[in-house]
Amino acid sequence: MTAVAIPPFTVQRARPPWLRGPSLIGIISLATWLLVAVTLPLWSPHTPTEVVGGRLLGPSWSHLMGTDALGRDVFIRALYGSRISLPVAAIVIISAVLVGTIVGAAAGFLGGWVDAVLMRAVDITMAFPPILLAMAITASLGPGIRNVLIAMVLVWWPIYARLLRAQVIAVRQREYVDSAVAIGMSRGLILRRYVLPMAYTPVLVNATVDFGQVVLLTASLSFIGLGARPPSPEWGAMIFEGATNFYQWWIAAAPGIAILLVVLAFNFVGDALRDTFDVKDLGR
Amino acid sequence: MKRYLAIRVAVMPLLLLGIASIVFIVSRLTPANPLVSIVGERNLTNPTIVAAAKARWGLDQSIPVQYAKYMKNLLHGDLGTSFTTRRPVLSDLWDRLPATLELTTVALCIGVLFGVGLGVLAARHRNTLIDHVARFFALLGSSLPAFWAGLLVLYIFYSRLGWLPGPGRLDPRATEPGRITGFFTVDTLLHGDLKSFKAALLHLILPASVLGWGVVGIVSRLVRASLLDEFSMEYIKVARAMGLRERTIVNTHALRNALLPTITIVAFTFAFLLTGAVLTEKIFSWPGVGNYAVEASRKLDFPAIIGVTILGGVAFLVTNLIADVIYAIADPRIRLS
Repeated sequence: MTAVAIPPFTVQRARPPWLRGPSLIGIISLATWLLVAVTLPLWSPHTPTEVVGGRLLGPSWSHLMGTDALGRDVFIRALYGSRISLPVAAIVIISAVLVGTIVGAAAGFLGGWVDAVLMRAVDITMAFPPILLAMAITASLGPGIRNVLIAMVLVWWPIYARLLRAQVIAVRQREYVDSAVAIGMSRGLILRRYVLPMAYTPVLVNATVDFGQVVLLTASLSFIGLGARPPSPEWGAMIFEGATNFYQWWIAAAPGIAILLVVLAFNFVGDALRDTFDVKDLGR
Repeated sequence: MKRYLAIRVAVMPLLLLGIASIVFIVSRLTPANPLVSIVGERNLTNPTIVAAAKARWGLDQSIPVQYAKYMKNLLHGDLGTSFTTRRPVLSDLWDRLPATLELTTVALCIGVLFGVGLGVLAARHRNTLIDHVARFFALLGSSLPAFWAGLLVLYIFYSRLGWLPGPGRLDPRATEPGRITGFFTVDTLLHGDLKSFKAALLHLILPASVLGWGVVGIVSRLVRASLLDEFSMEYIKVARAMGLRERTIVNTHALRNALLPTITIVAFTFAFLLTGAVLTEKIFSWPGVGNYAVEASRKLDFPAIIGVTILGGVAFLVTNLIADVIYAIADPRIRLS
């Protein structure tokens, strides 16, 4: 009888899907962007509004993506754009999650007419194509990046309100919540201890994908002329300048690629998170 | 089913009321004089116009009265007068709607066709290079800013290669076909003008592809996922055990079931298309509603912006309803209640 070689039993824990493949590339890409955005003023050879040479020069080694109509370095400007887009998107997402959490939790917990009124507000807000409502709000408040930010929060909160409400209702029927109520635990505590931890994952997954979409929409609004104004190196505003210098493709290409890289990275990570945690896409 | 439909239709006016109310609130957000949003800055010094506008929109009265007047005007189709075109917003929209519908319809066709194709390809070759490439291509479509993609394809295919015509619905000097449907591709055919038909079709390719690419991403992802779900079903195993050809299994068995959720996604896609249309139309100087909205918001032409917003909300509601109904008809398992 020959001995059967038993393969050595190894505990090889596979990395979670969001730390592999495209998602890992996405995470590295985002980390790089963050690093660039934070440290840029320390090592950048030029400021975004500095005139560095001739006008409309093509890409070269001294100016990687050429210069624009005012002789500014397009590559450096595109990098500086991250210092506007990333914080704006972060503030929008955080605010939308906060507002959505409060509204959704209130609707789910209080029920009755509060629930009905709040959820109809959600339905109606989500009945608009986001860009049109954001355009109308920004135009009413007056153009500018701050008002774009406000408009985006107003457009984006309903997704999270819906999500939180669904979580609250799902958790509310559990027996441990009943017992928590029975021992006289306050609603706020129940919310913090039982509901919010459950909602944490779907919110995170949705926020990751939405982050990219917010970056895209911010740029769109600036491109239309409602957001950041021309001297600003905001990506949408830069693409607008690129559109007016149609034959100098590099002026629009630099911010265009920047947006693409950031949004793609968020989509990579978001997709993997969604697959890992099996969270439903909530729309938009 | 009938009852469900009746309820859905009965709720529509309520939702429309909600949409109109939101827009009313938005239009009153203006920190400046709301009159600016109706007559425009230039006319503010003209007392006759100001007085007439105040009376028509009830601006000299309390907010509830203003709201009532606004609703009454809306019910009569009065969205105010655009102060850039100086025409009623409703007729502006009416003129521009066919251009947008033509563009979005073609984009939707491109998106669904390629989306289903890519989705099937990716699912059949799951976790191979083909799958990865197909998924990346699809993801690229939903990550690309449409306004830059538009510039890029115009630069490459129009300016550099000269393969396709540039911006606009027809060549700059061509005369528009007489309006029958407003769809240039249909109208030119109805007039029997094949040359213009070709021009109209060629002009559609670039903007519709840019717009449709995003749809490809949404559709192919869904088709892939639901096809993979179907592959694990018993009836597919039976079909495989019977030795049917893979092509037959995919096309006549699995795909038919996998396509059902696509119907709902098409309605969801419509919002995406409208968003994309705003930006694509701007780049391609497409004389549609999206371009109108961009010009309006640039010039702070409030009646026009608000008109487009209401139109967008209504369109979205209607497509959602249609999709739900089609879905219910297509899938007898769904009992809408």
